[in-house]
Amino acid sequence: MRTAIASRLYRSMTRYGLPCLLAMMLIILSACAEGQSAAPATSGGESGGAEPPTELIVSAAASLKETLEEAGRRFEASHPGVRLRFNFGGSGALVQQLEQGAPADLFISAAREPMERLVHKGVVAEQDIRVLLRNSLVLIERKGSAHIRQLGDITGEQVRIVAVGQPETVPAGSYAREALEHVGLWEAVETKAVYAKDVTAVLTYVESGNADAGFVYETDALQSDQVETVLRLDPELHSPIEYPAAVPLIASHPKEAAELLAFLSTDEVKDIFEQAGFVVMEGM
Amino acid sequence: MSSSELFWMPVWLSLKTSLLSSILAFILGTAAARWMSRRMFPGKAMVETFLILPLVLPPTVIGFILLVVLGRNSWVGRLAEWLFAQPIIFSWGAAVIAAVVVSFPLVYQSMRAGFDSVDRELEDSARSQGAGEWQVLRWITLPLVSRSAMAAYILAFARGLGEFGATWMVAGNIPGKTQTLPTAIYVAVSNGDHRLAWTWTAVIILFSWLLLAAAGSGRRERTGR
Repeated sequence: MRTAIASRLYRSMTRYGLPCLLAMMLIILSACAEGQSAAPATSGGESGGAEPPTELIVSAAASLKETLEEAGRRFEASHPGVRLRFNFGGSGALVQQLEQGAPADLFISAAREPMERLVHKGVVAEQDIRVLLRNSLVLIERKGSAHIRQLGDITGEQVRIVAVGQPETVPAGSYAREALEHVGLWEAVETKAVYAKDVTAVLTYVESGNADAGFVYETDALQSDQVETVLRLDPELHSPIEYPAAVPLIASHPKEAAELLAFLSTDEVKDIFEQAGFVVMEGM
Repeated sequence: MSSSELFWMPVWLSLKTSLLSSILAFILGTAAARWMSRRMFPGKAMVETFLILPLVLPPTVIGFILLVVLGRNSWVGRLAEWLFAQPIIFSWGAAVIAAVVVSFPLVYQSMRAGFDSVDRELEDSARSQGAGEWQVLRWITLPLVSRSAMAAYILAFARGLGEFGATWMVAGNIPGKTQTLPTAIYVAVSNGDHRLAWTWTAVIILFSWLLLAAAGSGRRERTGR
């Protein structure tokens, strides 16, 4: 019987699952190809025939994908001999890769803690770390609901469910708890809190109207046209939300990587990050 | 909540959820399989693909779809909110629904294989002797597919017990209300609370083991060995 079930499962998997899988892979591949063909096009023209370009591998937090790619294109345009390869992922996963010796010329983390782990493991030198960007925590509600004017309103009756990232595992959730504890609202919010698996889930809960309010980063709030930012939390209420960056000790092109890192805080790309809702930190 | 309540709540909720969801998935999956195995119609392959789709979709995708379909802005969600005076989303019912959706294809697959293997002449000879459709099902077909049925039920229960992604998405993670064992373990591990995580893990292993043992002894009795 068991083999009958297995073979049936296998048959239907091959019959339906495989075509689906292949189709999805094709879509993903074509999307990747699009992203890559756009990048060399800017630098390929001028450096054609010269020595092969230096390839920099940038491991960065997934939340920086759009902005970093855009900034990267500008860097490549002004540095014809250098080409960027991005590796986006959760900061925790990227740290695991780096610890296992994965190549990277620049690492940008979405929080302080993963970077500190790399210092501890001897992959990054403490003095090489600098804070590249800052983000803010905001309170959002669905567009047009207008139940909330100030932070205290989330304890009101009209707000039945508040989406918060699971504080133990989602940094945005722990910042939110920290801020709410600071103003003495946490106990009231806790009774109507729904803990989300990640900050994107918080956004989805509010967008779909299943939560009346939620705490996300300003950059997330700006990405959605279905939510409204009610207020930005006072940064004094929670630990700083920082994106530290460093050229790891194992970088194969440290000179170019340092140039890229410096470039990322210049006025040339500042607008990209600011438009997305980040605060760009000045100077080295 | 006291610490023992904190420990037992997810265990109790997980058991309750998988028990109810496996029964529902079993009834729905069996009915669908029975219906599909006896009928030919245009677009049957399409319908079948749709029925087993939850098996290949990532649970978070299923969770997202359910969130939109059952959400407080959909008509299903509004109807339910009107009926029960509270939203389905972030309730225990949502956890049950998520578990039913993910375990349905497993029941469907097993029962479909079972029904397909039944010799139709046996059913037809019962009919020729005057048995009604319900009697044929009760006395001929069901006994012949009993082993598939057991496999189907156990798979459904186990899948429900282990459900994580879709459940967290639609039921949230509310301790004492919707927090099941897998989510509780996930949070405990990320929190560095390894002792708690291990104890819950031991509980879930024990249940799975008991389940498989029950299935094994049932099989031996039936085959007379």
